[in-house]
Amino acid sequence: MSNKVIHAIYNDDDILMDAVKATRAAHHHIEEVYTPFPVHGLDKAMGLAPTRIAIASFLYGLVGLSVAASLMNYVMIVDWPQDIGGKPSFSFIDNMPAFVPIMFELTVFFAAHLMVITFYLRSRLWPFKAAENPDVRTTDDHFLMEVALHGNEDDLISFFKNTGAVEVKVIDKH
Amino acid sequence: MYTFSSKLKTFAFVMMALGLVGIAFGFLTAPKTIEDVEKILADSHHGGHHTEAVAHESHEEHAAVATHHEEAKTETVVADSLKAENDTVAAAAPVAADHHDNHKAEAAHGHDHAGADAHAEHQEHLEHVLHQLQNKPWAALYVACIFFMLISVGVLAFYAIQWAAQAGWSPVLFRVMEGITSYLLPGSIIFFILLVASGMHLNHLFVWMDPEVVKHDELIQGKQGFLNVPFFLIRAAIFLAGWNLYRYFSRKNSIAQDNANDDSFYKKNFKLAAGFLVFFIVTESIASWDWIMSVDPHWYSTLFGWYVFASFFVSGITTIAFVTLYLKSKGYLEHVNTSHIHDLAKFMFGISVFWTYLWFSQFMLMWYSNIPEEVTYFITRIENYKLPFFGMLALNFVFPILILINTDFKRLSWVVVMAGLLILTGHYIDFFNMIMPATVGDQWFIGVSEIGSLMFFFGLFIVVVFTALTKAPLLAKRNPLIEESKHFHY
Repeated sequence: MSNKVIHAIYNDDDILMDAVKATRAAHHHIEEVYTPFPVHGLDKAMGLAPTRIAIASFLYGLVGLSVAASLMNYVMIVDWPQDIGGKPSFSFIDNMPAFVPIMFELTVFFAAHLMVITFYLRSRLWPFKAAENPDVRTTDDHFLMEVALHGNEDDLISFFKNTGAVEVKVIDKH
Repeated sequence: MYTFSSKLKTFAFVMMALGLVGIAFGFLTAPKTIEDVEKILADSHHGGHHTEAVAHESHEEHAAVATHHEEAKTETVVADSLKAENDTVAAAAPVAADHHDNHKAEAAHGHDHAGADAHAEHQEHLEHVLHQLQNKPWAALYVACIFFMLISVGVLAFYAIQWAAQAGWSPVLFRVMEGITSYLLPGSIIFFILLVASGMHLNHLFVWMDPEVVKHDELIQGKQGFLNVPFFLIRAAIFLAGWNLYRYFSRKNSIAQDNANDDSFYKKNFKLAAGFLVFFIVTESIASWDWIMSVDPHWYSTLFGWYVFASFFVSGITTIAFVTLYLKSKGYLEHVNTSHIHDLAKFMFGISVFWTYLWFSQFMLMWYSNIPEEVTYFITRIENYKLPFFGMLALNFVFPILILINTDFKRLSWVVVMAGLLILTGHYIDFFNMIMPATVGDQWFIGVSEIGSLMFFFGLFIVVVFTALTKAPLLAKRNPLIEESKHFHY
């Protein structure tokens, strides 16, 4: 079976949104939508699952907090509880206020950086990665919807023409 | 138009009546004489005093000696007790001797246990406790009064910010906010009467108002250019009048805009809000020195104004959310959706964290440097108010941050209400912690007086606010941003 897809190209995000809704209503499977900028509400129209990156970030923050707390506890209280300027190094809680700036910063540091790295991994972004752009115009002023082709090719082409596409192409995907 | 439900009205009046009974009970049961105090102490914790650590004991003795007033502890005495804690028991006498002659004498007496002197000392201690116990119903009234008044001030500040920022989401809530700020007028009148009562020496909330104390206190003498009763009352009158005037005119313009043909009232309100915010930030800062910081006239903190502001600002926003959710649940706010609630919850969350930031900045800077004249403030609180002092941190920071961090939770009414209850309780305790240690010291208790005062002002707040809500349509018409606000979604 050939792996054909339809590339329907639009030049307005409102028309694209309507087209996405019409395509979903007609039960065609949208493989991907390429846009030059974030289109508000597109993910909802496409029926994409919400991101869980905030949950990941919260957990990373907890990791950062634990790292900072155990680091300060080990270094300042357990390993060498020196008297530094009269600060009470008898127990963690005695000297806790002095550790809060570090605990806060490391929480933010872990939450932010690990979240960004998670984002890169999940979106498969890294230096020297080959760009997956089906049409260079989608980074400038055109919107492209890629739909898997099943059934009658001509029917589908006319369907997408009717949704306001400025161009409809059938591509043989490898 | 909103109609005040008779059930809510009855509830509010019952609260006020019960509250009044509680307040009256608090005043009637406050001890009148030293003999009463002796009985109370004998009944409850007098025995405990002798078994406590010597550091604390000497602390108490000196407090009774330096002046008859609790304020003494902030200056010399805590420095003593601080050292006494770190040093040994034996060090307490020489340390005290270094400071004041009368301390030297008394410390010597304390160690000699000369019968007659010990008796005099005991009498002074009793007098000290008597003043604390007599302050208790006043302080309870004062805390509840300032708490509810500042809630309406916080809402007023939020309201002015919404106007000045031309916020597109909030105009559907303007009438709710205007309803809540209607409490400002009665609230500030009662509050001003309380301040006048203090100025007339009906209570000892402000120790610097007592000429007997000031006579022996050079530090307060140095501050008398600012801390004197006439200037204090004039300042309070100007601040309260300014806030009330803004409230009056912005409400008037907001109503007038409903039936106007152009946006001139909107523009007037915009300019008024901008002007008010400038006036407010100056006066709020001074007001917090006057009404809250001056109960500890030996102590000072630079970020105190901001700290107090954050506390009542978040309480005000929470109150907006509560009244909005109540009215919405009764079907009065057609255009308010979960996105509006979500936005309010985000503010509750953000300002809670902001409050914590200021609380911690104030605490940590003083804890870290540990300068006796500053740190006494926190020493007395940590020693005598451990649970409220650290408990409010859980209520105002830990619970809100864990509950309101979730986007989906911020859209659920019951979650917002639960978090809001924690926040309001926490910030009442915050004000309790600011006022009580200087006025009643270790004699604090959240009992009949405190809860009664809270109930009275809560009832009054409901009556005033929900009466004001019936006076105008709950949706502002012809506000240039109202259409955007109706269709706001996030």
